[in-house]
Amino acid sequence: MKKLEVMVVDDEPGIRSGVSRILNTFTISYPFMDTDIGFNVIEVGTGEEAIDKIKSEHVDIVLLDNKLPGIQGVDVLDFINKNNPEVLVMMITSYASLELAIKATNNGAHDFIPKPFTPQELKSSLENVSKHIFLRGMTKKMNREGKEIRYQFLSVLSHELKAPLNAIDGYLHMMQDKEAGDNIANYDQMIDRSIQRIKIMRNLIMDLLDLTKINLEKKTDKFQLVKVKDIAQNAIEAINPYAIQKDVTISLSDENNVEINADPGDIEIVFNNLISNAVKYNVEKGEVDVILEKDENNLKIKVRDTGIGMNKDETKQLFDEFFRVKSEQTKHIIGSGLGLSIVKRMIDLYNGEIKVESEVGQGSTFTIILPI
Amino acid sequence: MKDNNRLIIIADDDVDYLFQMEHYVKSFGFEVKVAHSQKEAELIIENTEPVLAIFDLMMERDDSGFILCHKMRRKHPNVPIILATAVASETGISFGVSTDEDKQWIKADLYLEKGIRKDQLHKEINKLLKL
Repeated sequence: MKKLEVMVVDDEPGIRSGVSRILNTFTISYPFMDTDIGFNVIEVGTGEEAIDKIKSEHVDIVLLDNKLPGIQGVDVLDFINKNNPEVLVMMITSYASLELAIKATNNGAHDFIPKPFTPQELKSSLENVSKHIFLRGMTKKMNREGKEIRYQFLSVLSHELKAPLNAIDGYLHMMQDKEAGDNIANYDQMIDRSIQRIKIMRNLIMDLLDLTKINLEKKTDKFQLVKVKDIAQNAIEAINPYAIQKDVTISLSDENNVEINADPGDIEIVFNNLISNAVKYNVEKGEVDVILEKDENNLKIKVRDTGIGMNKDETKQLFDEFFRVKSEQTKHIIGSGLGLSIVKRMIDLYNGEIKVESEVGQGSTFTIILPI
Repeated sequence: MKDNNRLIIIADDDVDYLFQMEHYVKSFGFEVKVAHSQKEAELIIENTEPVLAIFDLMMERDDSGFILCHKMRRKHPNVPIILATAVASETGISFGVSTDEDKQWIKADLYLEKGIRKDQLHKEINKLLKL
């Protein structure tokens, strides 16, 4: 378990011991974290003491009361901002001084906890701040490993996340203002669209989780000998209801009983993305062929469709994050624009290769080569 | 041009946003031509002079809105343009109007954050049209 050092600065011994009692037995775990997070609490009664401790000891989080006997909480905050900006400060403040709390957050406190707080409030505040510390650590780690989180990515991501929110927000306001009159049926379309946009957003979030998973690193402890056909079959079954509606048939061939040593979750992501794309961007009565082959050194996965195809420019950008082919034909197809970039990263992780051949109106063939 | 003296062009690749904007702008008493892409908007601009245009910034390209502004200015120099964007200033994507050179070619009259309310939109349009 990872322990975070929490310093509670308050002149009331009761508050200090209360915080200690609550946090000493509190742990946080998230599905996306490798280890749980627990807390060590350091209790101090004055601002002067707090500054001494920060100079001499490692502290992650400071719970800081503003009203202190000597120097005030804001002075301590000021010192931390100047000298140890990596320390996250949570101001403890009474409800009456909410204004002060807002001022404090403007002045660099990470957050504030209104006093009196319940154990649950303290815990959820600490949960948030821990998540923040974890993500910050991840970012640093990725930077160290050269997997820079590109600023561009985050900007585009925020755009992609805000677009559906704006759309839904817009519809809700239209409904609130009864823009389409009093007949409730007039709003059906707006409601349908809102639900649709939420669905898209959910897909995007799922894709982001996939992406985070790859960014973490290749986890060889989950490696096992995987029957590739089984995973492909699962992916086909998952997309089949949609394929049936579009009248697209999917075939799977695996003459050599292909196997690979891999994390089955990774291979699943690859197939899910490729096969669902092959169906989504297909035509009515279209076909999808999934072909598994191997030679001495490599496993070869081919996913071929008879869909709308792409031009050269589009195939060039195809593996870029958030790239989507925009045309009359793709307008109503749901996608986050992340799927293939995820696949590409995944394949890179396995030192493999992914290629695409495509012709407008004819279809596309994706070929993946993975060393075995 | 006389035929189009109530016409506003709205270009946005987000069908929902486009629908909502169209609804509001029509409710203000304007006629509306919508474009789902930069390309569609370019075609409309080629043949039509509206009284005002509202362009989304990011469509096929990240800078589609800028390109449309530019083309609009060349073709119809006096038509006011609103550039709408969901990219808040807080994300740090600048509009690229930081240099004088950029200011010269990005000629939107107004930048609007998406999610604008009906009343404000109406006010901004009237202001630009000096109504």
